Parts: sequence; C-alpha cells; structure tokens
Amino acid sequence: MTSSDYIKISQGLVYDPLHGIDGEVRDIWIRDGCIMDPPTDLAIRPSRTIDASGLVVMPGGIDMHCHIAGPKVNVARKMRPEEKRRGEQMPRTNITHSGSLGSVPSTFATGYKYAAMGYTTAFDAAIPPLGARHAHEEFEDTPCIDKGFYVLMGNNHYVMQSLKNKEPQKLKAFIGWLLASTKGFAPKLVNPGGVEVWKSKQAGNVSGLDTLVDHFEVTPRQIIKGVAQAAAELALPHPVHIHCNNLGMPGNWETTLETMRALEGHRGHITHIQFHSYGGGAGDENTFNSKVIPLAEYVNANPNITIDVGQVLFGETTSMTGDGPLGYFLSKVYGGKWFSSDTEMESGCGITPIKYRNKSLVHSLQWAIGLEWYLLVKDPWRVVMSTDHPNGGSFLAYPQIIRFLMDRTYRRDILKTCPPEILQRSSLWDIDREYTLNEIAIITRAGPAKILGLKNKGHLGAGADADITIYTPHENKEIMFEMPRVVIKSGRIIVEQGEMRDTLIGKTLHVQPNYDQAVETDIQEWFERYYSIRWRNYPVDLSYLYESCVIPTL
Amino acid sequence: MPETFTLIPGRTTDQGCGVSEGKFKAKYQTAVSSLQVAPGDMERLGLSEGDRVRLTGEEGQSVEVCITAAKKDELPEGLLFIAYGDISSQLMTGDTHGSGMPTSKGMEVTMELLQKATS
Amino acid sequence: MTYAATQVYAPTPSVPGELKVIQDATCTFCGCVCDDIELTVKDDHIIEAKRACVLGKAWFLNHSIEDRPSCMVDGKPATLEHGYDRAAQILTHGKYPIVYGLSDSPCEAQRVAVSIVDWIKGTIDTTTSVCHGPSGMAFQGVGEVTCSLGEVANRGDLIMFWGSNPAESHPRHFTKYSLMPKGMFLPNGRKDRTCVLVDVRKTKSAKAADIFIQIKPKRDFEALWTLRALAKGIELDPELVQRETGVEFSVWTDLMDRMKACKFGVIFFGMGLTMTRGKHANSEALLALTRDMNEHTRFVAKPNRGHGNVTGADNVVSWRTGYPFGVNHSRGYPRFNPGEYTTSDTLANREADCGMTIACDPMANFSQPAREHLASIPFIALDTKETPTTRAAAVAFTVATYGINTGGTVYRMDDVPIPLRPAFPSPHPSDYDVLTEIEERVKVILGVTHK
Repeated sequence: MTSSDYIKISQGLVYDPLHGIDGEVRDIWIRDGCIMDPPTDLAIRPSRTIDASGLVVMPGGIDMHCHIAGPKVNVARKMRPEEKRRGEQMPRTNITHSGSLGSVPSTFATGYKYAAMGYTTAFDAAIPPLGARHAHEEFEDTPCIDKGFYVLMGNNHYVMQSLKNKEPQKLKAFIGWLLASTKGFAPKLVNPGGVEVWKSKQAGNVSGLDTLVDHFEVTPRQIIKGVAQAAAELALPHPVHIHCNNLGMPGNWETTLETMRALEGHRGHITHIQFHSYGGGAGDENTFNSKVIPLAEYVNANPNITIDVGQVLFGETTSMTGDGPLGYFLSKVYGGKWFSSDTEMESGCGITPIKYRNKSLVHSLQWAIGLEWYLLVKDPWRVVMSTDHPNGGSFLAYPQIIRFLMDRTYRRDILKTCPPEILQRSSLWDIDREYTLNEIAIITRAGPAKILGLKNKGHLGAGADADITIYTPHENKEIMFEMPRVVIKSGRIIVEQGEMRDTLIGKTLHVQPNYDQAVETDIQEWFERYYSIRWRNYPVDLSYLYESCVIPTL
Repeated sequence: MPETFTLIPGRTTDQGCGVSEGKFKAKYQTAVSSLQVAPGDMERLGLSEGDRVRLTGEEGQSVEVCITAAKKDELPEGLLFIAYGDISSQLMTGDTHGSGMPTSKGMEVTMELLQKATS
Repeated sequence: MTYAATQVYAPTPSVPGELKVIQDATCTFCGCVCDDIELTVKDDHIIEAKRACVLGKAWFLNHSIEDRPSCMVDGKPATLEHGYDRAAQILTHGKYPIVYGLSDSPCEAQRVAVSIVDWIKGTIDTTTSVCHGPSGMAFQGVGEVTCSLGEVANRGDLIMFWGSNPAESHPRHFTKYSLMPKGMFLPNGRKDRTCVLVDVRKTKSAKAADIFIQIKPKRDFEALWTLRALAKGIELDPELVQRETGVEFSVWTDLMDRMKACKFGVIFFGMGLTMTRGKHANSEALLALTRDMNEHTRFVAKPNRGHGNVTGADNVVSWRTGYPFGVNHSRGYPRFNPGEYTTSDTLANREADCGMTIACDPMANFSQPAREHLASIPFIALDTKETPTTRAAAVAFTVATYGINTGGTVYRMDDVPIPLRPAFPSPHPSDYDVLTEIEERVKVILGVTHK
C-alpha cells in the first residue's frame, strides 16, 4: 500500500467536536496522510477498508503538556534505575526498538506507548534554549508521534533586561528570535523571576507577583504581562504558557488569580493548575484546602484564559521541573535524592522522586483538586487533560482519568479511600457532573488543538492530518481508552489492539514568527558577553528536525 | 626487601598530546613509560635519573620502567606518579569491586631496582 | 534510517594550495569542547588552530589523512564491503556480544551503535565506566546539584578542584570557564574568585590556586566527610581528622568557613576520586557535601569529564535505554548493572564472546586479564589511528575524525550540545557510515524490518 492509496474507515461512530459531530455514523476517507472528503467519483475504491461499525472514531489524542525529551527528562532517566527492573518491560521486536519504562520512559518507549494509547501528538513543556538541540535529537528517537516543545524564558536575562529598560520592541524581537533559533513552539514561563533569585541566593525565590527580582529589578507580574503581550503581537499560535509562581504552596491560589489578572486580557494558558489552587496558611498542612471554586469562577468568566490540569494519581513518580527552587523544596519535603541544574542566562531545573499516597491528606486533596478542575470549568474547550507527565503521574493514566470523569460512582469510591477530612476541604464529593464522550474528545483532542493553534489536528474534517484513533466501546471507560482497536498516524495504521504494526518518526511542530531582525545585533552583543558557547553555534538549524512542520502565526 | 609505594597514574600534557600524534610515536611512548619518583625517595634509595625499576602490583603483575625525579614539591615521598596509559593499566587488577571501575589510582606497588642508568 | 543532523556540516573539499578558514570550529579533544577555534586549512591539513590549547593544537594539527587502508580484516587490507559483512557476521554469531567506547564519536554515530546493540541483544558500555562511571552511580544515590559552565563563569566566587588537574587535562578550563572570566556578577574576573585545589600531589594546577590542600592518598572519603560534618556543625576530634586526612583540622575549618561564606561555590572533581579507593563512595560524599552546602549558600558540583563526547554517550545511551552505561540487552530489553555489564568486567570475567570497540583503546588501557580475553575473541575496532586495539581486532576500520573531517553533535561536560564544523574531507568513512552499514547487514541477518 502506498500513501497515495485510499483508506476508508467505514461506518464508525464519529466524534468530531470541532464540526459538531457528536457520535454520528460516518465514513472517513484518507489519502496522502490526510483526511479527505468522501470522493464523489464512485469509481474510486479504497485499497483498505477498516470496518468500524460498532466502534468509536476520534481524532488522535494530543498531550499539550508533558515532559518527554531534553536535558532534564534524560537526567531523570539516568537518575532512576531502581524503578525499571520491576514491572513491565519493553523488549525489541523485529519492527520496534526496546525501551525502559518506569516513571520516565526511554525515547522509543515514550513514542510507542503514546501511540498504543491513541495519542499522536505531544508537547514537551519546558526546554531550556541551550538544550534545544538535545530535545530535537531525542525527538528524532521518539517515534510514532508529532511533537514540539515550549521554550523556557520566564527567567531569561534578556527578557528581564528588556522589561527593566522598558524596551518592549526588543523583548518582542527577542522572543521571535529565540523561538526561531530553538525551533520551539511557544514561550514558557516557569516561576517567572523566581528561578533567577534561586540562582543568586540560598533558598532564593520570589514570594508573589510583586517581588522585585534582584539585579534585574523587575517583578513576576511585569514578566507575565510583557511576554503575554509580545506573544500576542507576534501572533503566535499558542500564547504564553505559564507555570505560576509558588507552585505547591498552601495559599498559592491567590498567586494564580493574580497571574491570570496580570495577563490583562491577553490570551494565556495556565498549566497544571491543580498545583496552583491551594488555600491555607503558608506551611500549615492543617489548613490546606481546595480553592478551585473561586479560581474556576474566574476562568469561566474570562475567555482569554485556558488551562490544563496536571492531575495527580496515587503511586510513585518523578517530579521534574524548570522551577529550581521548587525542586529544592520538594527534595526537603521528601528527603530523597535531588538533582538541580542551573542553565546560564536562561533557566533552572529540579528533579526528585515522589510518591503520592491516598492516605495522605495533602496528596488526596491534590488528587481531588485536579478532578474538581475538570468538572468545574464549564467550557470543555478551555480545560485540557494532563498529568504534567510525569509530575502528577504518567501520561499512561489518561484512560483512568477519563473513567474518573465519566463515572461519578468510581471517583466517589476512590474518594472513600482517602482521609475523611477531604470532604470538608474539597467540593469533589458533591459534584454530580459526568463527562460525555464528546466532552472527552474535546479535552483530549479538539480543545488542545484549538488552544495550540493546530488547524490540521484535533478534528476529522478534510485536510486534517490523518491521525485517528478507533476505540471499542466499553462500559468501563478506562478499558475502552487504554487499548484502542486501531491507531492511524499520518494515514498509516501503526497500532492494532495494542500491537505495534508500523512505525514512523513523526513531524516536529515549531513556529517561525516574523520579528525585527535589526535587534539581533543587540542580542548578539549581550550573548557574546555572557554565554559560554559561540553565537553561531547556538541556533538549531533545520537539519536537526527529521521532518519540520512550521505552524503559521495567527 | 623492595619498598611499597602508592602509585598515582594521571593525565599529563605530553601524554595528551601524544595520543593525538599517535600511540606508537616516541612522544607518547616516552610519556607513558617514565615513572616520577619524589627526590627524597630517590636519595634515600640511592636511585638516579634513568634507572630502570620494576613495579609489582598486589596480584604479582609487574612492569618495568625508567625513573625520573619529580619536580621539587610535586610529589610527596611514598608516592609515585606515571602518565596514564598502557603501563599504568597493566598494574590494575581485573577486579572492579562491583563498580565497573578497576582501581586505577592509588595502587599499592613495590619498587625494586633492576638496572642503574648508564651515564 | 538516516539521522537528519548527519546531513549537514559536510566539509567542503580543499582547493590545492589554497587556504581555507573555519570559524567557530569545535575541539573535541577534552570535555571542555571549546567551540571558538579558528582553523586554517591547506591541502587537507590543518596548519593553524587559533585559540586552541596545547592539547587542542596537538589534536588538530596531527589529524591529517591517515595513509592506511580504511579496512583491515585479520590484519590484511580488505574492501569496506568485506569488512562490513565480516563485522555483521561476528556480531550476530556470538552469545554475549559487547560494544564499547563511543566517547570520541558524535551522537549520531552513538545512536547507531545503540541500535546495533538492541538488534543483536548485546551489551553496550562506554568509556564512562572507567572514568566517571562511579560518579554516575553516586548521582543515582544522592542526586547532584550542578549548573552549566557559563553559570560558573558568571557567578562562581569559590572555585574548588578536587582530584582534578585541569592545567594538564583541560588546559582552557581556567581561562574559559572557571577562574579568569569576567562574569556578570564577578566584574574583576580572577580577583573576585578564590580557588582551592585538593589533591594528593601538588599538580601543575596548584599554581592557579590560592589554597592548596594536600591530603593523604586514598583519604578523599574521610576528607569529604570531615567537611560534611563541619557543614552540619558536628564536633570532630581534630587529632583524628589530621591522622585520617593528613591535613590539620584548622585547614578544614578554614575551608568550611570559606565555603559557607561564598555566594556561589563550585567543586569540579576528577578521576582522583573515582579511580581510587572508595570510587563511587567518594563521588557520593562530594555530591552529598555539595547538597549540604545549599543549606548555607548556593553550591554546585561538576565532574570534569575527559573525552570530547563522553557526555554525549551518557546522554544517548540514557535516552535510548534509560540507563547511562553498562547496559545489557540479552533479554531483549535493557538492564543495568555496573560491575557486571561494564566492559572491564565482561572482559575480565571472560563472559563476552565477541565485540566491537569504537574510538577507544582497551588493549592499552584495560587490566591484563581483560586485555587477554579481548585478544582471544573476535572483535571489530573503529578508530582514527592505529592503536594496540586496532592491531588486535579481527576487523579494523580506519575512520574519519569527528570535528575535523565529519560533522555531528557533541555534548560538553555540562550537557550542552554543540555542533561540529569539520575542516576537510577524509577518504575514510565516518564511524557513523561504518556503523550504519554494519547495522543494515545485522538487520538482514536477524530479520529485523524496522525502518
């Protein structure tokens, strides 16, 4: 079969929320890796027909926030040999490489596992620009999915210096240059300003949106607003992607609210918001509680804001973050091994093993808060499924999360295993809402595609990438979603019933925004003064991308 | 009775440059086969520049090398230094003590004089 | 498959008699991976390597085209095709194939080597296991607090070297990264920094240090734990400390005062820790001390890695298998066990029955029992120059030199990936080419259809 042959997915129950198709029996036609309108010429016969009668057809899943490649993910792999010998192994076959699993799977294992679960696109959420080349190298070894990454810039010296000097034009050009130089997808802020303070003093951090960052004399609020505005002016397909200050701290919900306000109406995506929705006094576990209700009210009322959840699942995992001071904090809480690395001019990093226990009040609250978020945001187009893999748990938990959302009895059964105080501190028990399949298709496909500005993904209309997942319906939605009947990537059948049938490398999605190139002289002067590598050796050229796919600006 | 020393193999400039020139060339061969001995030890043992000695490791493995005086205070007495390479590695044992790394520095060796330098 | 990044940075052929200048070339001799070298090339020979150190100059000026066959089989010149076929036969006919080396190959070639090992269910190990492998194990125990080298240049005001002699092993370390640079927060460069050297002998690096502390050989562990105790405020017996470390107690308390008082401390450590008694326990003590110091100030540690792309090898093996070195695939999936799957052991324990060495020289650098066993089994060797290992190999390939004849990617000791800008083409194949050809043949023999 060649790519120019026709494939027909026949008579499946189709969920295509972008086109308002909510469980209708349809045929889907594929050619040259794309979805096409059914041919009007009746002489055209498909060379392969997939009988999908009785099966559910959706666009391929999109993970818009995970950690799957690049420097810190690879450090975490190296750091955790102890969790890999037990449990599932992934031997090589005649068509696939071997890999290792654990909380941070190897590159091949990552690609195969996403594909086997019906996910065909994933974005790494935190790449330091200096490590961009590394991330691209790993992407080439991460098969079966299209991928891209967000570029850390919330503690970038040039960003802070432009804000300090009140030079928004330079900031805008810098962001354009940085995204183009790294072949990245979107600007990412991680604890804006806080990581720089961490680099400069013991246990350093900012405490809120208006703390001045030493030396640069800017505040997190200025960084958030400035980058959001620049992203809007650059017309980036995905706006600023924000990991707020004070992650994990009791009482941090106010910081989160202030962050959303600091956007001043610009589009902004608040990521793993579960970790940022806590009430209670600083360091006082006894007052720790959910503040999803007031935050969700704000999100519901402000359409410029989108979120992903960062769901926590019970079990062992690895925390990894560009938030250096958070890594330090977590390592002190859990007492395990701790990795921290500061990248010159750009960013930080923290990694430590972590175990979420349902007997812990804090952990079970985190679990409940995540689910509250899915259930309390009214518009499913603005909330996206994520575990912040592997921080809250593995991406492999998505089928279980779907079951939590579609089955209130199941989630209440789990809630009953948690400490009873949780009922006073979270509203989860009282929420009756259950997701429909259409809503699941939104928060796992159509929604993230829209938020990311991916016009060819997340839907099944003509011209879309033929990334399609076919599920066998089952009363237990975890079973339904964990092993799709067929997964099609770029028009090729790559998985059948959990078995890999074919592999491909996948595209790298990145942006190439227009920016004022005259500013490059100024950037170069700054760069050459402080960086430890040469200016010419910094940008990642296209040769590092197996297949480049530029997503146009808006 | 030959005296016991602690041998420290390590990288040197000549050894590093010699690798690039070629391992069978003179610079490398000279670099990795001359043993530095502390001047105090040389005096005490009546050794002089260019003497040929035998070093023997804990399992009886041995090498023969020529000695040279270490620069004034570079090497404390009781320590020997040799540029890392073929000869130093011959003194390692096959055991890595479960680490993958043979003990390649701080090896206990005995040194005995084989032949005085012809001056 | 062909890796995308191998397509670029192919060197342009030299025009006879004409000078060609390569700006921002990267030196891959040591882990500093200096990427600011200006090469002047004439008639396929580098005649000048501006800004390179003594080791870098030797590297660049001595790698001209080797007048040797690209392939030798059983000590006789052979065609490449014959060599590839024979190599694939050797690797697929053993029960315990090992692949070793890789620290002087670009990542693109390392990736192919890991693929081959996966198909043949072999064991892959890199020279990391005999340099900072113990530090890798220590890191798995306690973690690591570290940073990129530019952070050291911009912030490091207390620079310590422990069991490392950069004056001879990494000659530009001081000027480019650790001591001399005028950094963002250290406008006066060297004057704003204090340098401490800890070693068992007074190496050439001592000249660069403000304070030299000479400890007893094989007492690094005791010395580091002394500092850990002092950092935690635990009382120690001064006489015992002096007896165990060979250094007066007051020297250690003075050092700890400085460590606590600095703003950004850095410990670079070398094989003085990993190769000596204690090995990973030494590295672990140092990494734990660094972690402890973050209760007082900011403090980081970094192993001074030796070979140009040993850090890339760690990264590639890790992202593909999940483990950094010493990885066995005999069950079809990766397993890690240093001391068992590391090459010193697979050879000295006489377990490996065939193998391939890439850019390394175990016949000169391994223990006698390991060498004897390697010499007794069929193996393939890839190297740019003739070595005792290539002489003992059943199939020996003379390969082009990375960074001089071929492009690709290398990782500096701080995990920063840097592209290579080669100077002139070589008539010999690159190790990427050789490995790719071998992989294709291995796949055919084993029925692997992976694309």
